[in-house]
Amino acid sequence: MRKVYLVSGGVTKFAKANPEKDFRLMVKEAYDQAISDVPKLNHAMIDGSVVSYFSDHFTRQLMAGAMVNDFLGLCPKPSKRVEGGGATGGLCIQSAYEDIASGRMNVVVAAGFETMSQVNTWKGNEFIALASDTNFDYPVGGFYTGYYAMMVVRHMHEFGTTPEQMACVSIKNHKNAIYNPFAQHPAELTIEDVRKSDMVSWPLTRLDCCTMSDGAAVCILADEDTAFKVCDNPILIKGLGTGTDSMRMADRPHGDVILLPNENKDDYKGLKYPGVHSCRAGRMAAKMAYEDAGIINPIEELDFIELHDAFTSSEIQTYEDLGLCKYGEGGSFVEKGYPFMENIDYGIKLPGKTKIAVNPSGGLLASGHPIGATGIMQAVFSIWQLQGNIKEQFGNDTLQIKDAKRGLIHSHAGTGTYVAVTILEKV
Amino acid sequence: MSKKIKISETEDGTMLFNVDPIIFKDHYEMDYLHSYAQDTPFFSGLANGLLLGSECKSCGYKYATPRKYCMYCGNETEWLELPSVGRIHSWTTCYYGSQAFLKETPYNLILVEFEGVNTLFLSRLIGVGQENLDIGLEVKPRFLRNSKFKATDVYFVLSDEN
Repeated sequence: MRKVYLVSGGVTKFAKANPEKDFRLMVKEAYDQAISDVPKLNHAMIDGSVVSYFSDHFTRQLMAGAMVNDFLGLCPKPSKRVEGGGATGGLCIQSAYEDIASGRMNVVVAAGFETMSQVNTWKGNEFIALASDTNFDYPVGGFYTGYYAMMVVRHMHEFGTTPEQMACVSIKNHKNAIYNPFAQHPAELTIEDVRKSDMVSWPLTRLDCCTMSDGAAVCILADEDTAFKVCDNPILIKGLGTGTDSMRMADRPHGDVILLPNENKDDYKGLKYPGVHSCRAGRMAAKMAYEDAGIINPIEELDFIELHDAFTSSEIQTYEDLGLCKYGEGGSFVEKGYPFMENIDYGIKLPGKTKIAVNPSGGLLASGHPIGATGIMQAVFSIWQLQGNIKEQFGNDTLQIKDAKRGLIHSHAGTGTYVAVTILEKV
Repeated sequence: MSKKIKISETEDGTMLFNVDPIIFKDHYEMDYLHSYAQDTPFFSGLANGLLLGSECKSCGYKYATPRKYCMYCGNETEWLELPSVGRIHSWTTCYYGSQAFLKETPYNLILVEFEGVNTLFLSRLIGVGQENLDIGLEVKPRFLRNSKFKATDVYFVLSDEN
């Protein structure tokens, strides 16, 4: 397979509602930003597109991907839609990668969007819950915050994780977002603020959950020859992994942990895995991506991670799925300060030093979660990190990870039904 | 003399929320002719006060939900009557929800584990508030007298309820 690079990216400012621009114009804005960063790449060199959006209900327009491809001026070149719930954006990038790695195309646009303001929040929650089993789960009270609440209640039972540890994730990501001008919901919070905000599904409060967003994000991918012709510092896609699990979390097995190279069986005596406390798809995707990239010890060999923190609890679950710590240690991992930025004062006491910055952009919790755009947004912020461009793109360098060489993006659907993990590297 | 050709005007209008850009109310509704297909026996079971899971006779795996084929060995499963009591494996109380369920808040969701069954079952638990919920509590199913042929035809109560 051929090597594939990310040459540039663009993202709209995420907002609760952006009715001045429809999905096509939002994507166009992100695309123009991406292409203006690589002046030597002209529009005619693009071979095709992959367009991602999650929900036909939110979009209220079938074949919207074809309309995006048309609006970008790419007809009659090839295009397709990729959809996989919350992992839609991550899967879109992997699909664009495949188009180039296979030799079928040289330059591909990966574009994602969601227009969630088309309905009110409570109806939006219903649309999202339609991505759970509509015969067995949805009618019982289908609500994703409820599903994640049950997952973390079990995590708390198995491992002693606390709501205060979850609040640390909220504080970190909302504070990071203060320095990200594209973020929807930057805020300075205390543990008390998070715990005292409206209870949504116990123990998850409003500030433990991401919000609905309108927005778009675009990445441009290229083969090695083209990438170095048009760009001085293209970012290599070093490893890919994709995992799946049953739609109904009730159906998940209670078996043995899928081990990473830096773990052994004795670490998990008596733990029934994944149950509903962990995500087997996330572990599978991470394992594949690490093997693909030759990573043995992820926390030592990665410089930052942008992961799918739709809920504070899912960020804690994901530390474990990605092997940043052992299963069960996610709560103390954040409480000790390991995934915080070392140069930011969060206003809380963090006993340990930074080990790896997680969601330096603010993640979904604070940047926003326009579903089809989210996984691509993670890639855009990661390209800028690895190119050392955060100051130029954000207008300040607070979130720039010094000498960032390698980052990981993690895109996640359902209650862990699809997960895409992609490792990006500066060359 | 020829008559001017035109569409006749009507007096219904469009509800606008905003004029620049124009944001209007666009109604959308439909009825499906939805089949439970191979999972039908589960729903007719609920109507008869029976909670059915599935059992793979080839590998011995038992599911607390209908799965026509085994997740592990791919063989066809048989219907399995679930035990008459289970325990709370996990739970939450929802104070907010999708539009369809907003009027029912707060409501409890539970995942039920059954002795000797490998997977869980999602349901509602009624008759108990958040402060009294806990993992491990014994629960039992109850069934609607007038079946609606929905997964909500079964719900759970604490097993010491009458």
